[in-house]
Amino acid sequence: MRAVVTVIGKDRTGIIYNVSKILAENNVNIEDISQTIMDDFFTMIMLVNLDNMSIDFNVLKNELEKIAETIGMSIRIQHEDLFNAMHTI
Amino acid sequence: MTMFKDVLETVRMIEKERLDIRTITMGISLLDCIDSSGEKSRQRIYDKITRLAENLVKEGERIETELGIPIVHKRISVTPISLIAGSSSDLNYVEYAKILDAAAATVGVNFIGGFSALVPKGFTKGDRILIDSIPEALATTNNVCSCVNLGSSKSGINMDAVKRIGEVIKETAYLTRDADSIGCAKFVAFANAVEDNPFMAGAFHGIGEAESVLNVGVSGPGVVKRALERSQDASFGEMAEIIKKAAFKITRAGHLVGTTVAERLNVPFGILDLSLAPTPEVGDSVARILEEMGLEHCGTHGTTAALAMLNDAVKKGGIMASTSVGGFSGAFIPVSEDEGMIEAVECGALTFDKLEAMTSVCSVGIDMVAIPGDTPATTISAIIADEAAIGVINNKTTGVRLIPVYGKDVGESAEFGGLLGHAPIMAVNKNDSSVFINRGGHIPAPIHSFKN
Repeated sequence: MRAVVTVIGKDRTGIIYNVSKILAENNVNIEDISQTIMDDFFTMIMLVNLDNMSIDFNVLKNELEKIAETIGMSIRIQHEDLFNAMHTI
Repeated sequence: MTMFKDVLETVRMIEKERLDIRTITMGISLLDCIDSSGEKSRQRIYDKITRLAENLVKEGERIETELGIPIVHKRISVTPISLIAGSSSDLNYVEYAKILDAAAATVGVNFIGGFSALVPKGFTKGDRILIDSIPEALATTNNVCSCVNLGSSKSGINMDAVKRIGEVIKETAYLTRDADSIGCAKFVAFANAVEDNPFMAGAFHGIGEAESVLNVGVSGPGVVKRALERSQDASFGEMAEIIKKAAFKITRAGHLVGTTVAERLNVPFGILDLSLAPTPEVGDSVARILEEMGLEHCGTHGTTAALAMLNDAVKKGGIMASTSVGGFSGAFIPVSEDEGMIEAVECGALTFDKLEAMTSVCSVGIDMVAIPGDTPATTISAIIADEAAIGVINNKTTGVRLIPVYGKDVGESAEFGGLLGHAPIMAVNKNDSSVFINRGGHIPAPIHSFKN
């Protein structure tokens, strides 16, 4: 199962480091990363694979929300299914 | 990978434009709970609901977390209670409402619908007892919703029911007078009621439905409004396309949630109802969509045309996005639940008569409208008769959810709180309709009902 991690906020150093550290610690593999600066906001989207994840989805979500608060960004993790359903026919 | 901009669009819809799944509603048949003993029947009802819906809230919350999209309500609809209680010797069905309330509290849903009767052509004994029990049932329970279907395009309009329901609404208003007659907010009088509607207060589980199903109601007026905002110079044809595309995406999200929850609860997925259902929050208003199309205020001339186009485009966008679109699927216009409607009433742009015209082209009816507490029961019945006629003649559902706010008059406002919002009291026609209503009997089915 795959999920999409969206990171949006003011650009600063260490964003990718902080997010990917949590993912690596919990055995979540990053399959794809895109990032850009939109309207002065750093915007990053990661496609991650949860098949070998070592913790519960809820716990991972909380961990990401905790780090989001620390680095002052918004971080969401959502199952890939939602995006496929809404944007593909 | 899904395109970058698609991911951001979805995130924006959820975060900024209030896209949500408005409700997942589990329909449960109670036909096997019928018993000549009311007490035994109620015990079975409680046991069945709490067994089948045990994990509804838990699974709903889990999917909310996984997909990152809010599911605002988890609810239950049941077989109309008049059909279940009718074989008991009870002379009052309030205890049935109380057991529904208790079951709802146990499983943690915030509304349970189906304290209902279907009487478009006539009453059974159970129908009469149920209708007489509605005021006390709504006054003594917290989460029970009730509706009565009193007309259909196939059968015409039961005018005896129309007359009685006017009185029932007045009695309910009186019994809940300490809370601005809020009991009336939990009751709808329908013509052409749909049997798979997931939205309250009019949800019930039709007798043609399966043992148990999972229906979903999706909303998103904010998404449609923002889409129109980005295309200021669009022609009507272009606006219709924009609305269809937004409706398609919203419906797909709802379909995913519905099928996933249904699978996890091991019940069939029923229908998806894509209805633009407003809330009192800013940014979640249907009236503001109509204004975005170029009307100074909702209610001015042009409003009916704007609503007709919106309603139609929403249906067209939704219908391709799900294998089973049902319920109402269109735009709701509940006054107290829509910040733009409230303002339009307060500034005098939106009148009761214009609302009635709007109901002939949208998917519901006169919804959540507060009227003076001293409005005669026969006037309320006459309003219901007008709406039922619009529905019956035009082959569409119409509902009436009126609140004659006890002790209050035009210029004042009723406060319901939460999603039900607050409602400025609207003036109704003061001329008498009682001779018309007191005739009793039945308005025959329209000519186009004879299709065989």
